[in-house]
This record gives sequence, structure tokens and C-alpha cells, in this order.
Amino acid sequence: MRRRVRRWKSRVMVGVLVLCAVLAVLPLLLILGTLIAKGASSINLAFFTQTPVPAGESGGGVVHAIVGTLMIVGVACLMGLPVGIGAGIFASEWPASRLARSTRFIADVLNGTPSIVVGVFAWTFIVAKQKHFSGFAGSVALAVLMIPMVMRTTEEMIKLVPNSLREAALALGFPRWRTSLKIVVRTCMPGIVTGVLLAVARVAGETAPLLFTALGNDYLKTNIRQPLAALPLVVYKYATGPYDDWHRLAWATALVLILVVLVLSLASRFATRGRFNAPR
Amino acid sequence: MTTVPAAAEQSEQSSPAARLHGFAAGDRVFRLVLSLAALAVPVLLGFLVWELVQGSQLAIGRYGLSFLTTSVWDPVAEQFGALPLIFGTLVTSLIALLIAVPLSVGVAIFLVEFAPPIIRKPIGYLVELLAAIPSVVYGLWGIFVLIPFLRQTIFPALRGVLGFLPFFQGTIVGPSVLAAGIILAIMVMPYIMSVTREVLVAVPGSQREAALALGATRWEAAWTAVVPYARSGIVGAVILGLGRALGETMAVTMLIGNNHEISASLFKPGYTMAAAIANEFAEASTAIHLSALAYVALSLFGVTVVVNALARILIWRVSRGQTSGGAGL
Repeated sequence: MRRRVRRWKSRVMVGVLVLCAVLAVLPLLLILGTLIAKGASSINLAFFTQTPVPAGESGGGVVHAIVGTLMIVGVACLMGLPVGIGAGIFASEWPASRLARSTRFIADVLNGTPSIVVGVFAWTFIVAKQKHFSGFAGSVALAVLMIPMVMRTTEEMIKLVPNSLREAALALGFPRWRTSLKIVVRTCMPGIVTGVLLAVARVAGETAPLLFTALGNDYLKTNIRQPLAALPLVVYKYATGPYDDWHRLAWATALVLILVVLVLSLASRFATRGRFNAPR
Repeated sequence: MTTVPAAAEQSEQSSPAARLHGFAAGDRVFRLVLSLAALAVPVLLGFLVWELVQGSQLAIGRYGLSFLTTSVWDPVAEQFGALPLIFGTLVTSLIALLIAVPLSVGVAIFLVEFAPPIIRKPIGYLVELLAAIPSVVYGLWGIFVLIPFLRQTIFPALRGVLGFLPFFQGTIVGPSVLAAGIILAIMVMPYIMSVTREVLVAVPGSQREAALALGATRWEAAWTAVVPYARSGIVGAVILGLGRALGETMAVTMLIGNNHEISASLFKPGYTMAAAIANEFAEASTAIHLSALAYVALSLFGVTVVVNALARILIWRVSRGQTSGGAGL
């Protein structure tokens, strides 16, 4: 009798867990569904080639934000990737050194820092000193967000390379730096690329650090020292604005943004698949 | 150079003298360049703290710690108190955890203990994809889909059933503390779920097998043998989620209604620390207003550092306990 009750309880609880799983997946499907339903119809050639029209008129596009995002993220990569990857290689080459241990801990602290706080930092560090908003200040903020992410994934990936590979290279008379760069880093290149893609995907969708650094711009600009538009900033502006046409553009821009982010995340999955286990 | 592993030293010793010299020079440059990159990370943190302290100096000097306990926020009269912001931040994060923790721990238990292998990966991946969606997209969806839905169905129902509680009284406008808490719940779920899943996977199989051998049902084995074993790791996961919720900015800014007021009703608009910075920083014109917002940023930074450090220590303790326990078996 008791046994039966316990069996039933087990079944009911598994049912509850299934319900949890359904509830957890539901928001994703709802969000993606709404984005496609409301955004897809507004995506056309003009959307990708035109700049915004004056408020209240319909039409216009977001080419200024696409160019802006590419520039801001591109410059952030130029600053953040060498430092992040270099720090990651250092932390895996000399894992027990005091510098590696403190850097690892501090990278974890920085990883948990709210992006808005990094935005305030970029403002006081760059904008307040130059006395004007600029895309470059936005790049600095994004680079600060990228460095700890890239460092930690690079380190984790290098750790996966079997030690025998390193020993073999050293035994053959390779100097340490060539062993590290030509053998170890090259072996786990797909893994490092994954980390980079994930970091780019995350910062490309960041709005908060750009609000008072890159600021936004309604015109197509290509000078990083001026205020620049970015896709997330456009979504924010249009979503909180009063016009229906703005809302339409917000949905379309959000759809483009999420496609970029999802493609980058999926690409990173494929970059690691298969090839990674080869050297084992 | 004291930490160079033995392997490298041996290869240097066994090389001819001339090549040894070249090796050492190349390796020294290699190490120097990488050290600089590694050193940049602590330097960056130092800069960050320094700039935040510099930026908030004016407000710290004028208001001191009473900034955190007073609740008037009037940029015109240059009166600033962050209590409503702190209150809103805590309340929204608490709502988020109340909703997200049971759900995400449930999903994690389901995926690790019960799910057939075919759906295990796809479901885990789908939940983790939630973490990839930009915050501003959550905000957009929240404004146009979630808020209308809540206003028409959930909020009136809550007021009808639980209206005797002060939390569910008052007029329903839409943008509210509760709406922000709900969107935060969706946003922190993937973080709690994936860390919980990791710590559950790390529980040794013998733990499960022992419970089953004693006649436990599968649920009993999971709930009484596996989950308690991973408890502190799960707490770590929850605190990590809390860290995310505290600092989350855009979606909250777009849904919370941005109102400097402390109210028991969750239907009322409120404000969070991050939302205040996002909303007011670009428009702040006086030095003291900017400084007050920088002070808010500094406080937020301090809180998240403490919360994240706590989470790391808890998760780290579980994984360390794991390895030492595994060695014994």
C-alpha cells in the first residue's frame, strides 16, 4: 500500500519536472515566435540600405546601426582579443604562478560585473575626459567586457590539450614559445575561436554600456570618434518611442540582432564539434 | 622564472649551449609579452574601481553613507538618496529568484535524472539559448507582449485571489515591479539551470545506486540522495543567478516604470539601481547628479562583487569536494 503511494508520488513529481521543462522552454519559443511574426514583414532591401526617416514618416532603415555595430564591435575586438587571448595563454602556461591565479580570480570578478557599471567606467575614463560621446568609448566598454570572457575560455580550451603533445614538442627540441604557439595553441584553435565568437555574440547585443558612450546617431557615420549608432541602441530607442512605425522597426531590428547573435552562437558550436577530440 | 615546469628546464639543459642561449631569449620575450597581457586584467580592475571612486567622490563627500538610507531623489534641489533604488533592486531580484529557482532546479533535475538521452541535449541547449538573447530584446518583448498579457490576465487574477496581501493591491498600470521581476526570472533561469545541471552531473553514480538499492523510487533517489549531495553547489548557482539579476539593466529599465518611490504593492512602478543609471546618466547635467549616479554604480559594483565571490566559493567547494571524494572511491 505504502509502496503504491510512493510510486505514485514519484510519477507525479516526474510530471511536475516535465512541466518545469516545458515552462522553461516556452519563453524562448514565444520570444522567437513574436520576433519573427512582428519583425520579418518589415525586413526588406530598404531596411538594410537606408538611414532613418524623420519621426512620424514611414519607411527608412537601419544601415547606420549595422555599420555602427560593426565598427564598435570591431574596434573592441582589436583591443580586447589580443589581451584576452594573451592572458588566457599565460594563465594556462604558468597556471600556478601568482599572477595567473590573481588574474583568474579578477577575471571572474569582472565577468560578473554588470555591464552598466562598465558603461559608467568608460564614461568617466573616456567621455568625461574628451568631453564628447564617441563610438570609441563604446568600444572600450565592450572590450572591458570581452577580455575576461575570452581569457577564461582560452585558458579552459588550452587546458584540454593533452600534455603529451607539449612534451613531445619539447623533447624534439622546440623552444617553449614555439611549442606553445605552434603546437598547443594551434591544436585548440577551434576552441579559442568558439570563445571569441561567443564573446562577440554577447557584446554585440549589449545596450547598457553604449547608452552614454556611443550614445547613438541617426545618420550614417564612419568616424569612430563621433557618436555612433548601434543595433541594440536602435531597438531601445524605437521600442520606447511613441510611433507605431518605430515599433515596427524595433521588431525588425531586434530580429536582425537576434539572428546575428544566434548565428554566432551556433557557428561557435560547430567550430568545436568533431575536430576537437582529434589529437587525443 | 621559478614556476617553469620541469619539462621545459630539462629540454633547455639537454640542448647545446649556443641554442640554449637562443631558447632562453625567445622564451623570455614570450613570457614577458604574455605577462603584460595577464597583468592588464588586474590593472583594468584597478582602473575601474579608481574611476568609479573618482567619479562618485563628490556625492560621497556630500552625502556619505546616508546616501544609501535616504529616499529623496530630486536632481533640481540636488537631493539624492538611493534607498528606493536599492529597495527596487532587491525586490525585483527576489521575485526573479522565487520564480526562477524552482523552475530551473526542476529542469536541471529532470535533465540529469529523468530525461531520455534524445531530448536531454536539445532541451538544455534551448534553455541556455535564453542567455544568448540580448537584454534589450527581452525589454522589447516585455513592453509589447508580456505587459499587456500580465495586465489583462495574471495581475487581475492575482489581485482577486491574493488581494488581501499588501503586495497585490492598488491599480494595475502595466509597467511595474512585478513585471520587471518576471522578465528577470526568465533571464536568470539559464544561468541557474546550467550550473545546477553541472553540479548534479558531478554527483557520483554510487550515490544514486545506493538509494535505488535501498528500494527508493527514482524520484526519492534524486530528491533524497542526489540533490542534498549537490546542495551547496545549487546554492552557489542560485547566488550566481542573484548576481545576474542585481545588475541586469535594459529589460528592467523598459518594464519597471522608473519611479523613485517605495511601495509595498508590486503592481506599482518602481526603480532599480541599474535602471536609474541607464535612464538618467546621459541626461544628467549637473556634476552632483552625475556623481550621485556614479555612486550608485560603485555601490552596485560592490554588491555584485561580494555576491559573485560568494557564489564562486560555494561552487568551487562542491567541485573540490567532488575530486577528493572521487579519489577515495
